[in-house]
Amino acid sequence: MKKSKFSVLALLMAIMLMLAACNGGSKETSNEKEGGSGDSSGSKVLNVNNSSEPGSLHPANAQGTHESWILEHTFEGLTKKTEEGKIVPGSAESWEISEDGLTWTFKLKDGLKWSNGDPLTANDFEYAWKYALKPETAADYAYQLYYLKGGEAYNSKKGKEEDVGVKATDEHTLVVTLEQPTPYFLDLTSFYTFYPINKKVQEENPKWALDAKTHVSNGPFKLTEWKHKESLKIEKNENYYDKDKIKLDAVNFALIEDENTAWQMYQSGELDLAYPLPVDIQGQMVNSDDKEFKMGKELAVYYYNFNTEVKPFNNAKVRKALSMAIERQKITENVAQGGQKPAFGVVPPGIPDASGDFQENTGNLFKEDVTEAKKLLKEGLAEEGMKELPEFSILYNTLDSHKKIAEAVQGMWRDNLGVEVTLENAEFQVKLDREKAGDFEISRAGWVGDYVDPMTFMLWETDGAYNDAGWSNKEYDNLLKEAKSTMDPKERMDALHKAEKVMIDEMPILPVYFYTKPYMVKSNVTGVFAPINAYPNFIYADKK
Amino acid sequence: MKWEVCPIKDIPHFSIANLNISCIHFRFQLLRKSMIGVITMLRYTLNRFKWAIITLWAVITLTFIIMHTIPGNPFAKEGAMPPAVYENLQVHYGLDKPLLTQYGNYLLEVVQFDFGPSLKSSSISVNDYILKGFPVSLHLGAQALVIAIFFGLILGVVASLKRNKWPDYLSMIIAIVGISVPNFILATILINYFAIKWNIFPVATWATWQHTILPSIALSMMPLAFIARLMRTSMLEVMGQDYILTAKAKGLKRSGVIIKHAIRNALLPIITVLGILTANIVTGSFIIERIFGIPGMGDMFVKGISNRDYPVILGSTIVYSAVLILLIFIVDIAYTLIDPRIKVTGEKK
Amino acid sequence: MADKVHLNEDMFQPAEGNFKEAEKIARPTVSYWSDVWRRFKENKLAMTGFILIILLVLMAIFGPYINGYTYYGQDFDKKNLSPNSEHWFGTDSSGRDLFTRAWYGARISLFIGLMAALIDFLIGVLYGGISAIRGGRTDNIMMRFAEVIYAIPYLLMVILMMVVLKPGILPIIIAMSITGWIPMARLVRGQVLQLKENEYIHAATISGANTSWTLRKHMIPNTMGPILVNLTLTVPTAIFAEATLSFLGLGVPAPQASWGTLTSDALGSILVGNFYQLLIPAILISLTMFAFNVAGDGLQDALDPKLRK
Repeated sequence: MKKSKFSVLALLMAIMLMLAACNGGSKETSNEKEGGSGDSSGSKVLNVNNSSEPGSLHPANAQGTHESWILEHTFEGLTKKTEEGKIVPGSAESWEISEDGLTWTFKLKDGLKWSNGDPLTANDFEYAWKYALKPETAADYAYQLYYLKGGEAYNSKKGKEEDVGVKATDEHTLVVTLEQPTPYFLDLTSFYTFYPINKKVQEENPKWALDAKTHVSNGPFKLTEWKHKESLKIEKNENYYDKDKIKLDAVNFALIEDENTAWQMYQSGELDLAYPLPVDIQGQMVNSDDKEFKMGKELAVYYYNFNTEVKPFNNAKVRKALSMAIERQKITENVAQGGQKPAFGVVPPGIPDASGDFQENTGNLFKEDVTEAKKLLKEGLAEEGMKELPEFSILYNTLDSHKKIAEAVQGMWRDNLGVEVTLENAEFQVKLDREKAGDFEISRAGWVGDYVDPMTFMLWETDGAYNDAGWSNKEYDNLLKEAKSTMDPKERMDALHKAEKVMIDEMPILPVYFYTKPYMVKSNVTGVFAPINAYPNFIYADKK
Repeated sequence: MKWEVCPIKDIPHFSIANLNISCIHFRFQLLRKSMIGVITMLRYTLNRFKWAIITLWAVITLTFIIMHTIPGNPFAKEGAMPPAVYENLQVHYGLDKPLLTQYGNYLLEVVQFDFGPSLKSSSISVNDYILKGFPVSLHLGAQALVIAIFFGLILGVVASLKRNKWPDYLSMIIAIVGISVPNFILATILINYFAIKWNIFPVATWATWQHTILPSIALSMMPLAFIARLMRTSMLEVMGQDYILTAKAKGLKRSGVIIKHAIRNALLPIITVLGILTANIVTGSFIIERIFGIPGMGDMFVKGISNRDYPVILGSTIVYSAVLILLIFIVDIAYTLIDPRIKVTGEKK
Repeated sequence: MADKVHLNEDMFQPAEGNFKEAEKIARPTVSYWSDVWRRFKENKLAMTGFILIILLVLMAIFGPYINGYTYYGQDFDKKNLSPNSEHWFGTDSSGRDLFTRAWYGARISLFIGLMAALIDFLIGVLYGGISAIRGGRTDNIMMRFAEVIYAIPYLLMVILMMVVLKPGILPIIIAMSITGWIPMARLVRGQVLQLKENEYIHAATISGANTSWTLRKHMIPNTMGPILVNLTLTVPTAIFAEATLSFLGLGVPAPQASWGTLTSDALGSILVGNFYQLLIPAILISLTMFAFNVAGDGLQDALDPKLRK
């Protein structure tokens, strides 16, 4: 009798406690939600997810999208980009380029101010760029400023600060001297390493960028709250020259790393914008006509490196055979599922040519052809004195989507060529180490362009920093040199087209697809657009 | 002067006249014994503290050696960095110095409780990381542990008392599901129902107490299941012991026997596993913190390692080691409280 | 007066030699293990568990060949199919047959789980038992050593190990065992510390029983309960740890499947409502756990007659 009472009591207590917790929870939450909506009815607050804690909100020290997304909304460079990708004046009002393309003179707008009310002058730009190049700053992205004359020398302690090619000749004039003609320099001036910093603030308090209270910027928004590893908040900057066009009062950045959770928060209404989306959701949305789903362009290519220093991948025929034997359309439709475009070249669509779109003008530089691939493989192997492919593997950094693509490629090679490849995954760090050491046969890679010009995709120069394939070709090198020495758009683009073709003919890499930027925005939010080489932009967004 | 009746039972005495004397004698003995006990305990604690320092030092040294041996480097990126930029970063963080110097400098800093900067984030130092993250992880971990211990013990005790009846089977099913469904799946399902479908709790982040409920539950399931199973087994074993039979035979109430003797003695294995379990849980769960976007310490361990962020790796290791050492010490002390016969203090028999 | 007895320490040394004689049961006995088996057989639930384990093992061996699919064959036209007459467990997001993959995964997961449990048991019991029985300084040093190993970041040790070893089953088992034995050792130590103050252990010691005898004959049988519970926990922990370690490239290489990777692969499918992809590994793991738990309980009852009603 007694023993049964005891256990029943305990069970009852457990159940009651559970119920109490649930009920209490639901009441409190609903109260809070009502309160929350009441608050926001007066002001327009956008909720987005920044994925991870920014390492630094100092333009010189920033190094990734988790920093640049916030910087792009709080700072403004000499130029900025429109929804269509056009470069328009930002802090600069106008600019002039010298005949040889080496000297650029920027005129700043009148009456520009920092968020703390200080006047913004050309000196702040000069100071910021030199600060980023200063060796003691130890800026990861200092090399973005190597285009400036004497920039690399100063950064590597071989030159002096005063020899760096940037000078504020007066409060409104910035004269920039470049190392070599760089037609896309204008594009670079909208990049965050080229943002200004407030000289006075930096000199008084070198740690200004670490705290929302001391953070000073010149863009449409200013940083007002930074709870480390929790959230950030930016609010409309009343000192911004174009403040009348800014409709949002504030933007909250959550710091949720897990894509699934971020998606679930979007579903529950805790977020107004979801990017990046989980792969399965992408697949579902691409084939639906959901009004909230948007497909932005992306300046990036997904490819596999062949280690051209390892037999038989030193043979172009073998590389081409492997490349021609996969079905890219199947991969983009069934595995990547983001509406990506199969890649038959390396320069993605969306980059202007001398006239038209660079990628469209190129067209497909090769075809998928299993019969031809089999023939090439046989010939290639014979040339290398081999009967069949030796044991080899695809090395990829651990990520579900990379795994699925590698599995698909493995299956296609098996079915189409009768070739067996093993898959090998590693930590990102370990993969990088092995690539540098040449300890791989085939490795996965992706490249996101730094600026909107085909040049950023010409990575296979002999001994180039990103040339993990170890490929070397005189003709390619010369074509790049030719392109770098001229400002004439036609001549330049011709050389770049040729270079891309030379490279693809030898196939040191196996292009798979061009990325896209699928994202979702709640239907009550308008004015969000996705620039080709940046995260979705909401400077001019509005929320009903 | 009249002595009161000696309150301590079971003192051998032969006559009334002897009572007072034996009582005084006994009290004196007791006092002496407890004095010795206190001194032994103090000496033991001091000894363990000395060992804690040695253990910590060994952990730091070995971790330092391993992390500089493995492939990877904190500044590695897709594509080679210009040598000048790499050089500047090395100098900035003092990584250009010989390893032995770095090791020495680090030990000097640690003695002053300075764990250095993070190589990946200039906005937050390792000390900030810990000061910010540890209380959050502790809070979450404590809640999860309370749920796990409370329901785990109830389930375990009930299952053992109702052996091979439905409460036993129910408890087993809960336990099996609890250990067979990993917490990342449980978390996703909890969010799907409680946050999205029924709108009872928020999906993620760490703001109000409502935000803490789902992660606490997700984190508690595994330890709950484990404690329930362990408690059941341990109870069954204890209930078969002679002293329980004796107590029953003496006519003690069943509930009294269970609470005073059985549960107390059955707790020993629970206490043992709770030591390491607590250390693991209160220093943060990477998976749960990542899924729920909780600013705890959990991601320090994993991301520190995958970024090769040396100071973050060492800092989180030191905090974890300290918590682990402390809890294991507490467990050893708890043994003697549960069963005074157990000797861990190292005194000779 | 002359026969006054002098007491000295020599007279209180444990008896020598034939301690086994002293503890010997005079009556002829049924062998211990056949008695255990007899009791085990009587327990219906335990037998169910036992048969289930045999079935799982048989399916792990033959399952991947039953319905004619391979664990790697992809068919994108048939992706994300719910269980049907052709694909009994449905297909995954690459159109692979989940029935074949699930049983292929059973091989890896069951093997890893059982090996991890076995190694934890052997090292843990030995280490914890010796530490507790010796006590004092030995106990202190052994436990501090275990603390050091346990406190060093586990992932670092595994990454270090990966420098030397190529991915495969053996490195996974080693990785599981680096720290896996430590909680077991602590558990055994705690139990033995308590047991060793029991009267019958004193009695055995006085009779001259040595450490290994006491450990084998008295300590382990009497701590079997918590040990078994801990072991049944080791199995699923190892199954999921395999999936976690695959992050470092240590797990089984894709496209091979394990229950752990099937579970983590299914995570994304929950979002789009393909619950069955998660349910299949979850049910198989739960069944395994159920089987091991009831068989473990039955074994414990059979081993320890005191618990019998």
